[in-house]
Amino acid sequence: MSSVEHIKEGRSRPSFPWALSSLIGQGTPGAGSPAILALLMLPGLIIVAAFFIIPMALVAMRVADGPDGLATYFVILTHDRYLASLIQTLVMSGGVTVTALVLCGICGLFLVRNRFAGRNVITALLTLPLSFPGTVVGFMVIMLAGRQGVIGSVTDALWGEKIVFAYEITGLFVGYLYFSIPRVILAVMASAEKLDPQLEEAARSLGAPTWRVVRDVILPGLMPGLVSSGAICFATAMGAFGTAFTLATDIDVLPMVIYTEFTRNANIAVAAALSIALGAMTWAVLAAVRVFVGNGATSGTGGGA
Amino acid sequence: MRRDWKFYAQLGLTIVLCLFIVVPVVMSALAGVTVNVFKGLSSGLTLRWVFEVWDLYAQSILLSLGIAMACLVVTLLAGVPLAYVLVRRPSRMMRLFEELLTLPVAIPGLALALALLITYGGVSGYRSSWLFILTGHVLFTLPFMVRSVAAVMAAMDMKMLEEGAASLGAGFWRRFFGVIVPNAKPGILAGALMVVTLSIGEFNLTWMLHTPLTKTLPVGLADAYASMRLEIGSAYTLIFFVLIMPLLIAMQALADRGKRASRRIDTAEDTL
Repeated sequence: MSSVEHIKEGRSRPSFPWALSSLIGQGTPGAGSPAILALLMLPGLIIVAAFFIIPMALVAMRVADGPDGLATYFVILTHDRYLASLIQTLVMSGGVTVTALVLCGICGLFLVRNRFAGRNVITALLTLPLSFPGTVVGFMVIMLAGRQGVIGSVTDALWGEKIVFAYEITGLFVGYLYFSIPRVILAVMASAEKLDPQLEEAARSLGAPTWRVVRDVILPGLMPGLVSSGAICFATAMGAFGTAFTLATDIDVLPMVIYTEFTRNANIAVAAALSIALGAMTWAVLAAVRVFVGNGATSGTGGGA
Repeated sequence: MRRDWKFYAQLGLTIVLCLFIVVPVVMSALAGVTVNVFKGLSSGLTLRWVFEVWDLYAQSILLSLGIAMACLVVTLLAGVPLAYVLVRRPSRMMRLFEELLTLPVAIPGLALALALLITYGGVSGYRSSWLFILTGHVLFTLPFMVRSVAAVMAAMDMKMLEEGAASLGAGFWRRFFGVIVPNAKPGILAGALMVVTLSIGEFNLTWMLHTPLTKTLPVGLADAYASMRLEIGSAYTLIFFVLIMPLLIAMQALADRGKRASRRIDTAEDTL
């Protein structure tokens, strides 16, 4: 910072994108002028406007071209097939979320509370699939429960009967569980490390039985982590596509239905209506959680099976 | 600490969960280097399948790496300045914009791809080029870059740094590139790793956006799973693991270092 040849005072620069600078308002000392700030924002703004806002608006307009006009928006509720698919997707996603929360709640707390040989290895292994794409997760399910899978071979050797469940909704459930475990376990461990052991001791010394300590002390402490990672689980399971695509194309979950409507039936209006409904649901879940737990809670959405 | 049946029950559950995660990974890695999966490991080990995958899918793998790099460049150029503005000038409009920016992460990739197809599907030169896939990847990864950089920027005392530099006579661009960017490096690095990892693995959007001539690594994977023998799919998965592991390890190391350096910056949640 020794030689500053030309001292450019940012504030005196001509304000280039007028509308933007008024959006940003007055500059504070030290920060660039509104014009510079607007210039800095411009690339991001263009990307979001041209490739997200406009396309989304067009999709919303395309829906009205559907067979039922504006009523196409509600096709997800009015057509039995779509409604059944919605219910199935909701039930499966809810099931995955609850299972992942219970399993990871127990194991995450256990890993934080106990020190034993191999603990770090176990933690590292549990977070291994963090950035596996959905297709790979699907393949892992096939390895586990497919025709040549471990479970099939073991049951074949034990009872002479091959158990195969990879290519149906059970397989999808297992896949989303596989995908969710690393995320939830990280969130649980992060919250568990912040728990105050003294609170628990106090509860115990006052004579609280274990189940009450868990219910009244431990669970409330873990809640923010559980809720936010649970929401991510749920939203991913609702909207994910790769795993279902790898396992079987006839699993009737909502993303698969949208895909078939669009590609096989060229039913663009219905596919658009269903996508908007699905997008609104996943966004609402994540937004509700952010309001509930505070900002930054859902930042780890990464991946998408 | 007393170790009773509860300890062992929890340990047992943890190990079962761990096996659930690890067994398929190991199985698929082994299947990728086994001569014949149906006969098992006794049929011998080979790299034949890995080479065969390379012959079949080298194009897809290289395209994915190229798109990931291009995606990184775009998200850096657009994301770092954006993060700066979001942190420096918080307002209600800005929060609204941030929400819009993050939406592509929250809504399913399929819906996003559909929107892009409906809007730009008719622009033939664009639709059939890799730039179309890049567009989807940028939309999906930009929020991660912005959040990662903004988290670090929010934690540092930007105002003091900037006023200090300004009082020494540094103009805005000099302050931005000489003070702000170097100080935000951990966030930029974490965001960059995240963007590359996500882009390499992206499937939901890419499957809808790709053409037969623009297949990426995960699209090739889906293709191999569906139509090739199990060994080929496994070998391809193995190649993917080998590509992605260094990125993951680097991310973890970065997160650990960040945690140790400053407890205030909770990058682990953003990067992982």
